[in-house]
Amino acid sequence: MEIDLLVIGGGPAGLSAAITAAELAHSVLIVDENPKLGGQLIKQTHKFFGSESNYCGIRGIDIAEILEDKVNKLGITKHLESTVVGIYEDGVAIASEQALRVVHPKKIIIATGARENMLSFVNNDLPGVYGAGAVQTLVNVYGVLPGKRALMVGSGNIGLIVSYQLMQAGVEVVAILEALDHVGGYEVHAAKVKRLGIPILLRHTIKSAIGNDKVEAAVITKLDEHWQPIPGSERELNVDFICLAVGLSPSYELAAQAGAKIVYIPELGGWLPWHKPNLETSVSGLYVAGDAAGVEEAVSALLEGKIAAADASNSIKENKYAQKLVETTQKELQEFRAGKFGKKIIEGKRKLYASLHL
Amino acid sequence: MRITEHPIIKFKRGRKVTIYFEGKPIEAYEGESVAAALIAAGIYVFRYSPRHKRARGLFCAIGKCSSCLMQIDGKPNQMACMVHVRDGMRVRRQKGKGVLDGN
Ligand SMILES: Cc1cc2nc3c(=O)[nH]c(=O)nc-3n(C[C@H](O)[C@H](O)[C@H](O)COP(=O)(O)OP(=O)(O)OC[C@H]3O[C@@H](n4cnc5c(N)ncnc54)[C@H](O)[C@@H]3O)c2cc1C
Repeated sequence: MEIDLLVIGGGPAGLSAAITAAELAHSVLIVDENPKLGGQLIKQTHKFFGSESNYCGIRGIDIAEILEDKVNKLGITKHLESTVVGIYEDGVAIASEQALRVVHPKKIIIATGARENMLSFVNNDLPGVYGAGAVQTLVNVYGVLPGKRALMVGSGNIGLIVSYQLMQAGVEVVAILEALDHVGGYEVHAAKVKRLGIPILLRHTIKSAIGNDKVEAAVITKLDEHWQPIPGSERELNVDFICLAVGLSPSYELAAQAGAKIVYIPELGGWLPWHKPNLETSVSGLYVAGDAAGVEEAVSALLEGKIAAADASNSIKENKYAQKLVETTQKELQEFRAGKFGKKIIEGKRKLYASLHL
Repeated sequence: MRITEHPIIKFKRGRKVTIYFEGKPIEAYEGESVAAALIAAGIYVFRYSPRHKRARGLFCAIGKCSSCLMQIDGKPNQMACMVHVRDGMRVRRQKGKGVLDGN
């Protein structure tokens, strides 16, 4: 199959890239492992944050519907329940249960998102220890509860939002632990969980999970100012599952396999494909966008997808309109990051661009 | 446990089907992952690790961590979080690296 653009991943970054390229009259194929487009959005039942023009105040699940609608109206080809398993010089391999296909795109955008981080503690592999996003999927997508009493580790936005959503679904969140001396996420989200009476324990962490074949309790401990557990401060909590909300790391595996240079930038979530401000990696014609290009937010994922697609369009065939779109969208992204929470990302991207000569 | 009432989400469950976990029938709904159906039925141990035979279950639910590998319709190393249920599907706990059972 000959196509202009292959988009790997159907989250906000990939959808926005596919829509942009199709609007610029390119042939596009979008591939996602799931039976439904939307990426992380399909489990986000809360209203979004962001600028007016970018779906502020709309629930994540509804944003996914709006984008999917556009994809369908534009007649973009999609392969769902399909996984891109390798990017080679003579083609890209896509596997589904029925077939292994090879496609030959002119340009590729990797928008594979991020994966949840593990934390080291005793018995962290016990069934009943979940990533917070996994629990969000179970509860909000499938309507299935993994237990009755939860411990949340981490008070960033994900920890706060998932705690709130668990309470909505009838689960008791016994406590939210935070190793820092302050809450990590936005004040609005913190206020919502505090109103429900969930205690946020600052300078606390998890020491172990207890149980035979399944979590039956958790031991937590206080931390001193050097992040060391304070002996004698341990407490056992009666919980039947544990959620880890301790950050995400970019899913960079495909980019690495394709030969793109991978760099380590803590501000962006750790290892990720090096890329330019137009989101092209060190491999010509191979782009990254969204969480795969640094863990951030849905709004920036949308904007990055647009920039990558417009730039790819311009390099397939020079065109003023696409060039202009790259510039205006880059400006919009800059403005979006100018807020209080964009600082870390700006610093991370600065380091990234500076690490060009590796 | 399945949620029956929720303040903002209306769950549109698919057709009711039966899957078999270690030979035992379990009720599931089309459109849901094997992992979701098992957890709804109170089954949390999906496999035992190769070396120390430790119990493992669902962790990431998005096909990235490989904690939930199971033996599904005879095929080992299937991610229970990504495979969706089908009527009559046979699901087994994977022991170690798993084996092809010839079906
Ligand atoms: C609990 C929670 C709350 C959040 N709240 C907010 C909020 O209020 N506001 C906000 O702006 N952001 C929020 N976010 C962040 C936002 O969801 C993400 O930043 C955004 O979804 C990233 O988009 P993406 O397109 O890069 O990746 P994703 O949405 O993760 O999409 C990636 C897609 O790629 C697919 N994929 C991966 N690898 C392959 C492959 N090899 N082949 C085929 N398909 C593949 C995946 O299955 C997935 O569907 C929140 C996140 C979470 C978890």
